Amino acid sequence: MPDAALLKKLNLTQDEYRSIVKILGRAPTTTELGIFSVQWSEHCAYKSSKIYLKTFPTRGKGVLIRAGEENAGVIDIGDGLGVAFKIESHNHPSAVEPHAGAATGVGGILRDIFTMGARPIALFDSLRFGPLNGSGRTRFLFGGVVKGIADYGNAVGVPTIGGEIAFDETYRENPLVNVMCIGIVPRGSIAVAKARGAGNPVVYVGSSTGRDGLGGASFASREITDGSEADRPAVQIGDPFAEKCVLEATLEVLATGDVIAIQDMGAAGLTCSTCETASRGRCGIEIDVAKVPRREEGMTPFEVMLSESQERMLLIVKRGREAQVARRFAKWGLHAVQIGRVKDGNLMRVKDGDQVVAEIPVGALTHEAPVYRRPTRRPAYLSKAQRLSLRAVSQPRDYGEALLALLGAPTIASKALVFEQYDHMVQTNTVVLPGRADAAVLRVKGTGALLAATTDANATYCYLDPYEGGKLAVAEAARNLVCVGAKPLAVTDCLNFGNPEDPEVMWQFKECVRGIAEACRAFGTPVTGGNVSFYNESPRGAIDPTPVIGMVGLIECGMRNAECGMQPITASFKQEGDAILLFGETREELGGSEYLKLIHHRKQGRPPACDLPSERRLGHLMLELAHRGLIKSAHDCSEGGLAVALAECCITEPEHLIGAALDLSPVTCHLSLRPDALLFGESAGRIVVTCERYHQERIEALAKRVRVPLTTLGRVGGTRLVIRPRIDLTVEQLSRVWRAGLAGGAHA
Amino acid sequence: MKFGVVIFPGSNCDQDCVHVLKDVLGQGVVTLWHQETSLKGVKCVVLPGGFSYGDYLRTGAIARFSPIMQSIGAFAKDGGVVIGICNGFQILLEAGLLPGAMMRNAGLRFICRFVTLRVERTETPFTNRFRQGQVIRLPIAHNEGNYVAEPEALKAIRQRGQVLFRYCDANGELTDDSNPNGSTDAIAGITNTAGNVMGLMPHPERASEPALGSVDGRLLFESLIEAHAHA
Repeated sequence: MPDAALLKKLNLTQDEYRSIVKILGRAPTTTELGIFSVQWSEHCAYKSSKIYLKTFPTRGKGVLIRAGEENAGVIDIGDGLGVAFKIESHNHPSAVEPHAGAATGVGGILRDIFTMGARPIALFDSLRFGPLNGSGRTRFLFGGVVKGIADYGNAVGVPTIGGEIAFDETYRENPLVNVMCIGIVPRGSIAVAKARGAGNPVVYVGSSTGRDGLGGASFASREITDGSEADRPAVQIGDPFAEKCVLEATLEVLATGDVIAIQDMGAAGLTCSTCETASRGRCGIEIDVAKVPRREEGMTPFEVMLSESQERMLLIVKRGREAQVARRFAKWGLHAVQIGRVKDGNLMRVKDGDQVVAEIPVGALTHEAPVYRRPTRRPAYLSKAQRLSLRAVSQPRDYGEALLALLGAPTIASKALVFEQYDHMVQTNTVVLPGRADAAVLRVKGTGALLAATTDANATYCYLDPYEGGKLAVAEAARNLVCVGAKPLAVTDCLNFGNPEDPEVMWQFKECVRGIAEACRAFGTPVTGGNVSFYNESPRGAIDPTPVIGMVGLIECGMRNAECGMQPITASFKQEGDAILLFGETREELGGSEYLKLIHHRKQGRPPACDLPSERRLGHLMLELAHRGLIKSAHDCSEGGLAVALAECCITEPEHLIGAALDLSPVTCHLSLRPDALLFGESAGRIVVTCERYHQERIEALAKRVRVPLTTLGRVGGTRLVIRPRIDLTVEQLSRVWRAGLAGGAHA
Repeated sequence: MKFGVVIFPGSNCDQDCVHVLKDVLGQGVVTLWHQETSLKGVKCVVLPGGFSYGDYLRTGAIARFSPIMQSIGAFAKDGGVVIGICNGFQILLEAGLLPGAMMRNAGLRFICRFVTLRVERTETPFTNRFRQGQVIRLPIAHNEGNYVAEPEALKAIRQRGQVLFRYCDANGELTDDSNPNGSTDAIAGITNTAGNVMGLMPHPERASEPALGSVDGRLLFESLIEAHAHA
């Protein structure tokens, strides 16, 4: 048995060490121990989450590549095209080195997509930080992360067109950086990561290997502590120029048909890419680390195998085509070096020149890695947190002031300060600019298709009820898609949680997954991949459970040609005189609301109820209306409730501010709602739409038919937002406060 | 008209330019790899936006040494029409085909958004389809678009009418607020003295189709086609 300190450093338990000895029939070498440590890490093996992830629906019409089969899932969008998409976290690196951490997060997810043979067409970032007005450190993290994403994504030339940013005490020490990428691939050109054909060369491509990112996967599988600064070498350094060249060269080489299998070197680098391609192909693999291009002297086999240097790919090439492949990469100034061969059998053999330094059955490193059913326990805090006595919550004296406070809160305020730092127009597919609609919308050139996508999460809801919170996140994502007129197709998820060895965290995880799985079934949106990030803890404790849902949808056109008549629906009010309608039911639900958090400093109550059948009916109605061209704007009610949604409809287009006059008494006529619940409560399943007045009756009839509650609220027009009898503010003022909210605390 | 779009490693607006020229405007387009020296008989060279060679030393500083740039230099000297967009503009400055230099944006941030521009001259191959003083909407996306030049050079540029586009507000006025990057004299696009080489920071290729929210950029490409037809 090696000493406990070494095992601890490698994040392996005594039991796991004993299993390794049993598998090998001998004591492992240092290199082997390193290989096991990363492959059996939470990050790579999903050992705590696997049993729950299995409960997600993964099949469905149009799923071309299922979750877990390859580096990313692929769905069919017609016209012979597939969409590859996936979300991943880079939380731990971003906590110690925000710029490099976020940048390499972008790089990693891009590679997951072009590894599939898909050209990346869009990036989304779901970011979470501590309160902006808190410490200088939060500003440093926020600024660094945003700049890291911008510097990398802008240079690679993939537009960053959506995402979300939220601020909460829970992320003070442990920010979350989740990045989603979407790519387009012709159905017949989907690349795979299955090695085959003994004797076929294993080719290393891209940047050379250094000591950066050493053991990043293990680092990501630990809590963040005061000592985490010392883990800075575990953070990789990104080179977007190299990535752009690897991207173009890879897509060129894949198009030739000379490549049998391909996998990027992400977490656990060379180790993971070799054993996983071999395992998927049910074959063996042999590599010689002495042949790996290096940027540092004196690296040990252990270091070469565990390095997470960026912008590297592993290819299995058809025998005899090595030179052609190398020439294509050379054109882009990149290495393409043969480092080994595919073998019969089931062994991963790593040599350093003539000396064998590791010999491990590939299955032991992949599908036979340990799986744990960790103990779960309902958290002690939950009952108390869920108890909310509204009598103790005083009503605001001035509702206008409360609305302004919410609009100026960084979580709700305009994110233009951030998305203007991202190139969101390169590739010329961005049909709706960021911040203008509930989901991002992209055209797919050469087809009539418009793709829509969104990322959504509400950690406060999940903290207060992980099961309902999981459902609500999926429901909100689906709602955001139907608001632009897109039919939800499929989901990728990034599950950010605390330490899974804590039974209370594990219970949160189990419940969230249960909610997500149930909602995905209800919406018919299979989960095609994603990522689990555990150990999001600091000495202050675990973060609130934060499952981020990435959802992709399609705006279907009548005609399948480039000049599609379908226009995506945006959030802003369009024209004087248009009728403002509210779909869905408003209940006395203040639990978990931004209002309660911001104005009353309470993270309390139960989150709003999520009724999946009525959400589905609402979705169907929205698509029907969109298809008939009956609605002119749509915006769902989420953080900040109805009043914030209405205000946003007045101000999202800076060049076209427009007011509205509303009377909410019809909402309350048959029930007595507290005014603050009416204005700021976050009842789910509600959408504010506008239409021509002469369409109102038709819309009412259609809504009635599918049993979606509809309330007429008022008219668009004027220069003020008037919500009788409590709010009367100019749209100028609303806009000013909303636009300044993020800048007030940020120097991003 | 046959266009040539140059591709350096790190270019990332090359395909956007090809798309507009070929699919939207129906023109002939070839791509020109940076290692090549032949311009393949094109009538207009487009240097697209992006981060050529990663822009690691200084924007455009490495690209100017590539083989294709030597050919483009000779082509321009012979009166060939060259347009550099964003990073392409920066490369033309580094190559000495246009006067001046770019500094970091005054706000020290990358900026991507629509801006309004005023068309300063229309009797050029790049602008003959615009109206004098027309206010147009094009997107910018850059980190180094803060144009500077020596006082003498600047004076000459102004006197010779080399400024084709200036950042302005919606009414065509030059204000501090309407200058997104601190450019001297609100300069967004200039030509050389001969009038056949132009650099422009905003992206006309991103505003050439109704679906993208503006078609003002199309007029620039149409101007080139028009000028060629009458040449």
